[in-house]
Amino acid sequence: MSDFLQGLRLWFAPRRISEEGDTPDYRFSLANERTFLAWLRTALALVGGGFAVDQFLPDLRWGVRVGLALALIGAGVLCAVRAVNHWVRCERAMRRGEDLPVSRFPVLLALAVGVVSLTMAAVVAWEGAG
Amino acid sequence: MSGRGPGDGPAPARDPGLQPERTRLAWRRTTLTCTVVAVLAGRGALRSDPAAVGGAAAAVTAAVWLCFLAVAHRRMRSTAPPRPAALSHRAALAATGCVLGLALAGCLMAVIG
Repeated sequence: MSDFLQGLRLWFAPRRISEEGDTPDYRFSLANERTFLAWLRTALALVGGGFAVDQFLPDLRWGVRVGLALALIGAGVLCAVRAVNHWVRCERAMRRGEDLPVSRFPVLLALAVGVVSLTMAAVVAWEGAG
Repeated sequence: MSGRGPGDGPAPARDPGLQPERTRLAWRRTTLTCTVVAVLAGRGALRSDPAAVGGAAAAVTAAVWLCFLAVAHRRMRSTAPPRPAALSHRAALAATGCVLGLALAGCLMAVIG
């Protein structure tokens, strides 16, 4: 968590980062940018999934529908925030010549998506049968 | 000794790994994804029950989509040189803010609309 807060300060202090170390090879920066964009697309897909649950499953009970939609949208928000945080930290690590930051986030996201998918399947089967 | 090594002569006119082009395509993919989500959001806004919620969501969605288009367009132009500069913090934060704006519109519609 302190890593995250440290990253948060860096978001708004681009000058402090650009004073550190050396400018990395432009190809590394571009690769970092594409990774950031891939995470942003993941975030957009999660938010879009939330919209889809909200709009295309009207037969679900209100609480279930809104709960699932909010869970997906919340995961999208986390993913977007983490995307920019990870981008900043990678950029800084490359400038300093350090190892790239490691993260538990992909595993957590995968587990969360798995849990939501199972819940979704159970809910759809339950409501379809009932 | 007539072969051309990686360090010889002037810099090539384009990146041999097409890194800027791949980055531009990544921006394009992301813009498309953003468009799909914005269309879904617009569809939800049209169907929202209190019209005020729908209107607010539609306004947020339209603003966010235009903002994302502008950010992506600027960045795609700035990757035109063979060795483009790194993405600016401002652009990264703006793109993230657009995703958060769409999420906000979605929460509004899911809970109230």
